[in-house]
Amino acid sequence: MIDIPELALVALVGISGSGKSTFARTHFRPTQVLSSDFFRGLVADDENDQSASAEAFDALHYIAGKRLAAGRLTVVDATNLQPHGRAELVRVAKEHDVLPVAIVLDVPEALAWERTQARPDRTFDRRVLNRMHRDLRHSLGSLAREGFRKVHVLRGPDEIAAASIRYEKLFNDKRELTGPFDIIGDVHGCRAELETLLERLGYALTRDAAGRPVTAAHPEGRTAVFVGDLVDRGPDSPGVLRLVMGMVADGAALCVPGNHEQKLARKLNGRKVQLTHGLPETLEQLSAEPDEFVAEAKTFIEGLVSHYVLDGGQLVVAHAGLKEAYQGRASGRVRSFALYGETTGETDEYGLPVRYPWARDYRGSAAVVYGHTPIPKPEWINNTICLDTGCVFGGALTALRWPSRELVSVPAEKEHYAPVRPLVAPGRPDEGLDITDVTGRRHLDYGYGRATIAAENAAAALEVMSRFALDPATLVWLPPTMAPCSTSELDGYLEHPATAFADMRAAGVEKVVCEEKHMGSRAVVRVSRDGEGDAIWTRTGRPFFGPELDEPLLARVRAAAAGLFDELGRDWLLIDAELLPWSAKAAGLIRERYAGVGAAGRAALPAALDVVAGTAARGLDVTALRERLELRSAEIDGYSAAYRAYVKPTDGLTGVTLAPFAVLAGDGVTYASRDHGWHLSLADRLVAADPELFTPTRRVVVDLADPASEAEATEWWLTLTAAGGEGMVVKPWSGLTVTEAKGRLVQPGVKCRGREYLRIIYGPEYTRPEQLARLRRRNLGRKRNLALREHGLGLAALDRLAAGEPLWRVHELVFAILASESEPVDPRL
Amino acid sequence: MLLTVTTTHRPASDLGYLLVKHPDKVHTFDVPTGTAYVMYPEVSDERCTAALMLDVDPQRLRAQRDAFELSQFVNDRPYAASSLLAGALSKVFRSALRGASKDRPELAATPLPLEIRVPVLRGTAELATRLFAPLGWEVEATEIPFEPEIGGDSRYVDLVLRGSLTLSAALNHLYVLLPVLDDAKHYWVAPDEIEKLLRSGQGWLAGHPDKVLIARRYLAHKRALTTTALQSLEGEEAEEPPAEEEAELPVVRRQSLAEQRRDAVLAALTEVGATRVLDLGCGGGALLGALMKDRRYTEVVGTDVSSRALEIAARKLRLDRLPERQRGRLKLWQSALTYRDDRLRGYDAAVLMEVIEHLDVPRLPALEASVFGHARPGAVVVTTPNAEYNVHYEGLTGMRHSDHRFEWTRAEFQDWASRTAQTYGYNVTFRTVGELDETTGSPTQLALFTLVASEVTA
Repeated sequence: MIDIPELALVALVGISGSGKSTFARTHFRPTQVLSSDFFRGLVADDENDQSASAEAFDALHYIAGKRLAAGRLTVVDATNLQPHGRAELVRVAKEHDVLPVAIVLDVPEALAWERTQARPDRTFDRRVLNRMHRDLRHSLGSLAREGFRKVHVLRGPDEIAAASIRYEKLFNDKRELTGPFDIIGDVHGCRAELETLLERLGYALTRDAAGRPVTAAHPEGRTAVFVGDLVDRGPDSPGVLRLVMGMVADGAALCVPGNHEQKLARKLNGRKVQLTHGLPETLEQLSAEPDEFVAEAKTFIEGLVSHYVLDGGQLVVAHAGLKEAYQGRASGRVRSFALYGETTGETDEYGLPVRYPWARDYRGSAAVVYGHTPIPKPEWINNTICLDTGCVFGGALTALRWPSRELVSVPAEKEHYAPVRPLVAPGRPDEGLDITDVTGRRHLDYGYGRATIAAENAAAALEVMSRFALDPATLVWLPPTMAPCSTSELDGYLEHPATAFADMRAAGVEKVVCEEKHMGSRAVVRVSRDGEGDAIWTRTGRPFFGPELDEPLLARVRAAAAGLFDELGRDWLLIDAELLPWSAKAAGLIRERYAGVGAAGRAALPAALDVVAGTAARGLDVTALRERLELRSAEIDGYSAAYRAYVKPTDGLTGVTLAPFAVLAGDGVTYASRDHGWHLSLADRLVAADPELFTPTRRVVVDLADPASEAEATEWWLTLTAAGGEGMVVKPWSGLTVTEAKGRLVQPGVKCRGREYLRIIYGPEYTRPEQLARLRRRNLGRKRNLALREHGLGLAALDRLAAGEPLWRVHELVFAILASESEPVDPRL
Repeated sequence: MLLTVTTTHRPASDLGYLLVKHPDKVHTFDVPTGTAYVMYPEVSDERCTAALMLDVDPQRLRAQRDAFELSQFVNDRPYAASSLLAGALSKVFRSALRGASKDRPELAATPLPLEIRVPVLRGTAELATRLFAPLGWEVEATEIPFEPEIGGDSRYVDLVLRGSLTLSAALNHLYVLLPVLDDAKHYWVAPDEIEKLLRSGQGWLAGHPDKVLIARRYLAHKRALTTTALQSLEGEEAEEPPAEEEAELPVVRRQSLAEQRRDAVLAALTEVGATRVLDLGCGGGALLGALMKDRRYTEVVGTDVSSRALEIAARKLRLDRLPERQRGRLKLWQSALTYRDDRLRGYDAAVLMEVIEHLDVPRLPALEASVFGHARPGAVVVTTPNAEYNVHYEGLTGMRHSDHRFEWTRAEFQDWASRTAQTYGYNVTFRTVGELDETTGSPTQLALFTLVASEVTA
C-alpha cells in the first residue's frame, strides 16, 4: 500500500526496463502521467533521441507546472536517476507548494536487461544499464535529503505488481465539514470576553470544579473556528487555551495557529525568542499552571494545522489570510503566509513590518476569514474579511457566522494592553481594481448567460472608462442597448406596433406595457438620503453636464425621492431615466449633424426649383425633375420637423426634466424582478413630488391575447408619433427578468419608432417605396444578441452589488457592457 | 446641389457656345454619383444663365465606399456643393474648362462679365472671401442660418462671385476651390491629383496667397502630396507646410516649451540615476524617442490608455525596423493609470509628463494609488501646466487644451504633490520649466518625487 497526498508531484524512479510505464498505466490516468519518452517524441519526433532530452524536460516541467497550478496530481515517468534531474522536479513541486513524492521501482538488473532486449526500439549497450543500476543504488539513500517528502521503494517485480495506491487528504482539507461555523477573531487572552461571546453565540459552557470553563458546545451542533492568536497580552491566556483545547478535543471547535502560538511553542521548546509583544505576560500566567497543562498546551499548539479549507472549498480560515494559490497547499511558505502574512520588507513609522495588502489583489472564489491585523470594524474586501477587532486593545471580540455571514461582536471589558500603533482609521477600504480585471480577451459567465469580450473592445472601453467615466465604485450599472421590433411589412412603415406585439407574443409574453419613448439622453441617477456618492451618468458612464449643474440636479432628485427612501427602507436608490430635452445634452450634435443637413437642404432645394421654374417658363419640359425636387423638398421639411421636435430652449437646469421609468436597485437589493406597474408607480410618485423636474411617462397596458387591446395601443402609438413623439418601448409587464420557456432572458423591451422620427435615422427620403423595400432587409440578429447580452450583464451587476460582492466583480460586468458597445452593429438600429 | 453661371456679355446667349450646351435643351448626363443636368433658366441677348445641377443618388454614393460620412446615413451631400459637383463640372464642361471653343475661340479667351452663384456650399464667408477675392472676384458670401428654433448660422454659405474673367478661369477656380471649401473628397486621393491641381491651377495658384491651404485641402491633407505639389508650384524646394490647426498657442513658443519640458524631465531622470524608466501616458512617444537615444536607459516602457496612441508611437519610433537589441529596450503597453498594473512594478523611475491634468480630479486618488502605491518606482517625475502663467497667452480663454480637466496654480500643485508624497512615503521637490516670470512663475511646473528609503526587515 503506497500512501500519497491527493495533490502531489510523483516521481517514478527506476532503470530502463524496470516497468515504470506499466506501473504508471496501471495506477494513474493517462493524462496524469508525463513521460519523458513522450516529450522527446513531441519535440524531436523520436522517443529515443537522447540529444533532445534537455528540450523535452523543459516542456515536461512546463506542463507539470500548469497541472500543479490547477491542483492536479502529476506523475513523471522518467528514469529520474540523476540528482540534477530530480532537483528540477522538487523545484517545480515547491513552486506550486505541493509535496514531491518518489516511488522507486527496484528490479534486478538482469530482469531489466531481459525486458530491454525484448524491445526493438531500445538498442543501447548493457553497460548503459549497468551504469543506471549504479546510479539507482546511489539515489536510494539521498531521495529524502533531496526534498522528497515521501519515498516508497518497491523491491522486485512481485512487490511492484502487488502495490496499490492510497490517497491521503492534506490536513488542511476539511472540505467535508459544512458547519455551520462561528469563526472567532484574535482572543489574545481575553477569556472573559470569549465566554461572553460564546454564550451570545448560543454555546453552553462547561466548567470545572474551580469554575473555569473547560469546554463548550452548541446545542445545534455549530462549530467554532478560532483564527489563532489565542494567547499573549491579555489577562488569562491559559484560561483561553484551556477552553479552546477542550472544545477542539470535543470536536466543538477547530483552531488554526497564530504567530503568537507559534512563538510560544518555540519558547516552550527551549528556543531563544524575544520576550516581547505580551509573551512575558503569558509565560508568567503559565507559571501558575501545573507542568502537565503547559505540556498539553505545547502539544496542542504543535498539532495545529496552518489553515483549513472548509465547506466544500467555499471557506478558508487562516490566521493572517491566505492567497488563492496557497489554499489547500502545504509548504513552508504557505505556513509562513498563513501565520504572518506577506510583508513588503519595509517598516512603518512604529517600526512594525509593512504588510502587503494581499486582500486587495484577492480574486479567489473562496471566502477567506482571518485575523492578525487589528482593525476598527470588519469589512469584506474582495471576499475576504479580517475579524481582529483588537479586543485586547480595548476594541471588541468578533465572530462571523457562516454561512449567514452575520457578524457578532462583544466589546472588550477594558483596554488590557496599550496598542503599539493606533487602529487604522475607518474609511472605505481600498478595493483597488487591477488592469487584468478588465483587459484582454475575457470570458464571462454571468449567470444569465455567457459572453466573450474581445480584447480590442476591452481596449477601447478602457480608454473611455479611464479617461471619461465616473469612478467605478459609483458606476455600478450601465443601460443596455435596445433592439427595435421586427421589421414591419406594412405600407409606409419600417416599424409598427403589430410586429412589436408579435415579437413579445413569440417570446411567450402575455401582457406588455407600452411606454412612451422619450427622445432625450439616457440618464442613470444614483441618489441617497445623505447625498454621499450621488451621481448622474450617461449611457457610456460619463458625468452629465459637469458638477455645476449635476449637483443641483441631484439635490432636486434627492428631495423628490425622500418619500421613496422611507417607503422602500433604503439609503440609496438607482433610477433609470431619460433626460429631456434632447438638445440639453446633444445641442452640438443636433447642430452639426442634423440641423446642418436640414439647413443645407432647405436652402438648396428652393434654389434648384427656381432654376427649374425658369427653364420651364422658357417652354422646356422639366416636369419629372421638378416633381422629384418637390418631393425632396417635402422630405427635407419632414426631416427638419422631426429633429426640431426635440429641441427646446434650456438655460442651465431651467427647462431640463427627467423622465424616470424604473427604480433598479437600492442598498442590498435589486428591483429588477418587480413588474413595470411597480416601477412606473414609483416614477409617478417622483413626478408628483416635483412636477417641474420630472416628466411623466405615458403608457398603455396591453393584453396580447386581446386584439382590441392591441388595436387601442396601436391607435395610441399613431397619435403619439403623429404629434412628434419618438415612439414607444414595449416591455414584458412582469419586469426585467422575464425568461422564455428555455430559461433564456426575454428582451427587456423592444422599441417601436415613429414613421417621421425615423427620417432622422434613415434619411429624409427613406419612406419612398424603393428605399423602404431595401431597408426592410435590415438584419436585427446582432443587435438583439447584443441587447440581451448587455441586459444580462447589467442584471448580474445589480445582483452582485446587492449581494455585497467585491467591487471588481461588479466592475468587470459594467466594463463588459461598455466594451460590448464597441461591437460593430448598424448604428441605425 | 447647384451652381449657376450668368453673363451680361452681348450677346449673352453666346454662353451656350462657350459651354457647348444648347440653351434650348435640357442636357442630362450620367455621372458616377448621380445625374447631372445643364439647363438655362434665363436666356436673352442681355443676360444668360446656365445652371449645372447634380441630382445625387445617395445609394450610388454609399456604394462607392466614399471617404466621408460613411458612418452617417444622413448627410448633406445631396445639397451642398462639393467635390461631387466639381467632378460633374469637369465632365460636363470639359472643353470650356480647357478654354477651347470651336465656335467662339476669341470669346473663350476674352474676360467676360460673369456672375456665379453656388447657393449652398460648406464653409465660412471669411474663407470663401480669402480664397476667391485674390483671383479678381467680388465675393458676396452669406451664411445660411439655422431655423429660429435652433438659432445662429449653419456652416454653409450662399456664395455669389462677380467679376470679369474668362469663363475658363472661372470654371477652373470653381473646380479647385469648391472641394477646398468643402474640405472633403468623395474619392481616394492618389498622386495623380497633384497633376489635376497643377493643371487647373495654372496661371493663378502659384501666386495665390493661400496656396498652401488650397494644396493641403485639395490633396486631402496628405502631407507628402502637398509638399510635392508646392515644390512643383514654386519650382524649388518648398518648406514643409506647417500643420493647419496646430493649437491655440503661438507655435514657436509652444514647441520650445515642449522641448524645454522634455529636457527638464530628462535632467530629473539623470539626477536620480534611473536606468529603467516608465513613461506613463506616453502618447505618440515624444519622450520615448529621447529616452531611446540615450543608452543609459536600459529599459524604457511607454504606456498609454489609447491603443491608437501606442500605434502612432510604434510607427514614429520605427519599432518594426529597430535592431533586436534596441527593440529589446523598449516596451509599449496599453495601461490605464486608474487601475493597478503589476507589469509596472519595480522600475527606477516613472514620468507623468503633462498627464495628470487629463484626469478628472475625483480620479486622481486612483492614479496616486496605482502609481505611487502599487507600481512604486524609485522616483516619479510629474509635469503639469501652471495656471498662473496662462495670463501670458494672448487670446487664451479657459484652459490650454480642450481635454484638460484642470490646470493648477503652483500652490494647488504643490499641495497635491506634498500630500501624495506624504501618503506614499516619498520626498518631493519642485522646479520650474520654461521662461520664468516673476509674478506668475513658469509655464510648466515639475515635481520630482523620490522614494524614502525605508528600513528593510529581514
